[in-house]
Amino acid sequence: MTATRLKYFQTGSFAAGNRLVEPSERSEQAAPGRANAITCGHRACQGCGEALGARYALDAAMRATGGELIAANATGCLEVFSTPYPESSWQLPWIHSLFGNAAAVSTGIAAALRAKGNTRTRVIGQGGDGGTVDIGFACLSGMFERGDDVLFICYDNEAYMNTGVQRSAATPPSARTATTQAVGEAPGAPWGQGKNAPLIALAHEIPYVATATIADLRDLEAKVERAMQIRGARYLHVLVTCPLGWGTASGDAIRVARLAVETGIFPVWEGGDGEVTAVTRIRHRTPVEEYLKLQTRFRHLFTPVRDDATIARIQARADRNIERFGLVGEAGQHPLDLHEEGGS
Amino acid sequence: MPEQLEGSQAVARTVAACRPEVICAYPISPQTHIVEALSRLVKSGALHPCEFVNVESEYAAMSVAIGASATGARAYTATASQGLLYMAEALYNASGLGLPIVMTVANRAIGAPINIWNDHSDSMSQRDSGWIQLYVESNQEAADVHVQAFRIAEALSLPVMVCMDGFILTHAVERVELPDPDRVDAFLPAFEPRQLLDPSAPVTIGAMVGPEAYTEVRYLAHYKQMQALDLIPEVAAAFQQAFGRASGGLLRPYRSSDAETIVVALGSVLGTIEDCVDQLRDDGHRIGAVGLRTFRPWPAEEVRRALEGARHVIVLEKALSVGIGGIVAQNVHRALEGLPITVHTVIAGLGGRPITMASLRSLCERGLAGTLPDTTFLDLEEALVDAEIGRMRGGRRSGPHAENMLRDVGTVGAAGLT
Amino acid sequence: MFETRFHGRGGQGVVTSAELLAVAAFQEGRHAQAFPSFGSERTGAPVVSFCRIDDRPIRTREPISAPDAVIIIDPTLLHHVDVFSGLTPGSQVLVNSSRSAEELGLGDLCSSHRVARLQVVPATELARRYLGRPLPNAALLGALAAMTGIVAVDSVAAAIFERFSGEVGQGNARAAYAAAELVPPSSGRAAPEEAPGGPTVMAGTSHA
Repeated sequence: MTATRLKYFQTGSFAAGNRLVEPSERSEQAAPGRANAITCGHRACQGCGEALGARYALDAAMRATGGELIAANATGCLEVFSTPYPESSWQLPWIHSLFGNAAAVSTGIAAALRAKGNTRTRVIGQGGDGGTVDIGFACLSGMFERGDDVLFICYDNEAYMNTGVQRSAATPPSARTATTQAVGEAPGAPWGQGKNAPLIALAHEIPYVATATIADLRDLEAKVERAMQIRGARYLHVLVTCPLGWGTASGDAIRVARLAVETGIFPVWEGGDGEVTAVTRIRHRTPVEEYLKLQTRFRHLFTPVRDDATIARIQARADRNIERFGLVGEAGQHPLDLHEEGGS
Repeated sequence: MPEQLEGSQAVARTVAACRPEVICAYPISPQTHIVEALSRLVKSGALHPCEFVNVESEYAAMSVAIGASATGARAYTATASQGLLYMAEALYNASGLGLPIVMTVANRAIGAPINIWNDHSDSMSQRDSGWIQLYVESNQEAADVHVQAFRIAEALSLPVMVCMDGFILTHAVERVELPDPDRVDAFLPAFEPRQLLDPSAPVTIGAMVGPEAYTEVRYLAHYKQMQALDLIPEVAAAFQQAFGRASGGLLRPYRSSDAETIVVALGSVLGTIEDCVDQLRDDGHRIGAVGLRTFRPWPAEEVRRALEGARHVIVLEKALSVGIGGIVAQNVHRALEGLPITVHTVIAGLGGRPITMASLRSLCERGLAGTLPDTTFLDLEEALVDAEIGRMRGGRRSGPHAENMLRDVGTVGAAGLT
Repeated sequence: MFETRFHGRGGQGVVTSAELLAVAAFQEGRHAQAFPSFGSERTGAPVVSFCRIDDRPIRTREPISAPDAVIIIDPTLLHHVDVFSGLTPGSQVLVNSSRSAEELGLGDLCSSHRVARLQVVPATELARRYLGRPLPNAALLGALAAMTGIVAVDSVAAAIFERFSGEVGQGNARAAYAAAELVPPSSGRAAPEEAPGGPTVMAGTSHA
């Protein structure tokens, strides 16, 4: 698989059917022999972004490693919906230990493989934003700084969805959660809090850090594939939508994720060794309002009275991302624009 | 060949002879010398293949061990005190998953108030964690029991804690005959995991289990641990046959067969107790001791058999269950149900308070005379406690206990002759 | 059983001294147990360590409260810490100093018959001379061996060589032998009841 993005003029999108592209360019999901690492029959909600993201990520990793893959999972939605005992959706060796220790369990797996001289089998640790940026952060940071041979994937749906939508350090400001209710003078999650896990990962000087979303699944696959070509600690932060927690229609999962990118709310980039080296450009720059109004977690910004000031603050955040990462402009104009991109 | 060795070095070299493949280390006194020595053995290539992982917390240490063990590696770590509590969640997970990790606990008190000295508060707090708990009397036994621990753990697919008194054993330099590495190889078969993360035969480990099977899974955890009551003596006997030394097992009686009064204890204090028993025997008293080696699983039948001839049993323990008293004593009580035996609880040696021969002797004499109360705090400075209780009664804002009492003691930071 | 207590400061090798004495006894086929005072003291803080020696296995784990010998590695502790705690009339005391017992204010200790023997040895000076560094422990162990007979000086040297190689080992061993020479020989293996009846004071200042 190459990293080249193809524009499909028939549909105006990047997500046309695989029959239109060369076999080598096709998504792993089009391959009849795909691993189905997380197979059907799991109990995720309709329109679950995490289930979709995990499926693409793990199948790409399975392809990249020839099926020589072990996964360690943090407690959370992904763990719960995939293993309602005695059923399991996992078609690869998979272990769940605790909420906060997936990165450390991954380290242990990698250490055991190393001790046994097994250089074939690779390790993925994965969890939601709670298990990654909050309770699992110490183990994650330890894994990074030691340079353990683990790819850790965070499926970020911006709150603790498994326990009923409570705020995490990945919850955006003003978002309503069960612990940041849409009441009072400053409804929703507070401003000036939260952490940027991918940039913190980058600061560990690990060889590979990237962000992705379920709006561009080919990009997600390509990033997993690239990550698996590298040894050492790697981090992939995937924005996944959550119909339940965000209050979006199940059918809008990909649409909302795309708007997160097109508004500049969620910058998609790639880097390593402390530097951002490539970004995905915004094709149709969109006001954040288009993104916010699809989600009931932001409903208090529009009704009963429109909160222009807060919407403007959110727009300013998005604009800062666009400025900081060079998300808008012609290819080749921004110093970060190293990827060849655009139409075919 | 005997050597004059620090306890921690003896344990480290014995663990190395057991060929662990993954060792995770996080510093905490008084365990640290053990992993420091192992770090040297791995770095120098003397222990190979082995991955030595410097983790960021005890929680991570146990989690790395979990991942490694589930991938089929023999995994080892060591901790103490706050470290054991910090990994508590992972302790239950390791036993719940049935992973045969071996861990040394260099027993130390728990804060607040922070205290680095020896007692059994740490391991006793994890007695229900599903780990097998073995306690050792000397550094010789510490070395020997680690070899047995790996064999017991892997046979049952259960984790084992080897509890040795912090500082008193870990930092004591004494005569130890290390188990010969070749014989250890013969004694300890290669680790054959019951469950394995293996791409050629994928399994799911750690799934959610609902009410329909959770009770059964827990029953099996209990069943497996109770099997250790048969296995531990078997392994101790096999060890004795292979190495010529009696170490480990469930419990060890000392001059107790005809004793009217028996002192029950665990750990290094047994040595001082045995000396005390000898003194009192010389004076014609019918006293003996029973040293517990295995605390989990609880060897109820063996304890009952060892104590059923006595009239008084004095359980001397280095831990306190606040709100009820003795922990070991509760277990002994249950083992002796229906027998006409008085069980006395003695809380001793908390936070490194020395257990002296003089105190032990007067304690035993009171036991023999039938004047020992139900529960005794050995060498309790009652004046100190009374003064603080007085302050509490005197007014609401009486301040922090520990600091108040240290001010009363008055010699903070002095030589520390004890 | 012969019990020795060491007083010094963090960083002066107080714990190592007790361990070396234990190894020396072990070299002679005897049983020994060395252990520190289990503190979390920093460099320079008062530190105590202990060593028991016996002909049979040592089981007790209680701290040493009535020592047969006390070694004071750092004489600045004399008036800050109760280094003479638990001494009996049979106890022997070894102090590292270039000054005399009287100059150190210890005359009373001898004249009051509180101990069997007090020996002052300029161990730090000897260490400077033979080792080139002010680490008095080996010299003090040599002096203890000569004074009490609890172990042979050769065993002390063997323990030193087991722990320290090359120049450091050689220098320490020379310091141990030199210190032993400053001490009048004991009448044999020490036991409290065999100790001389009256106090013997030796202040090894003549060679300084």
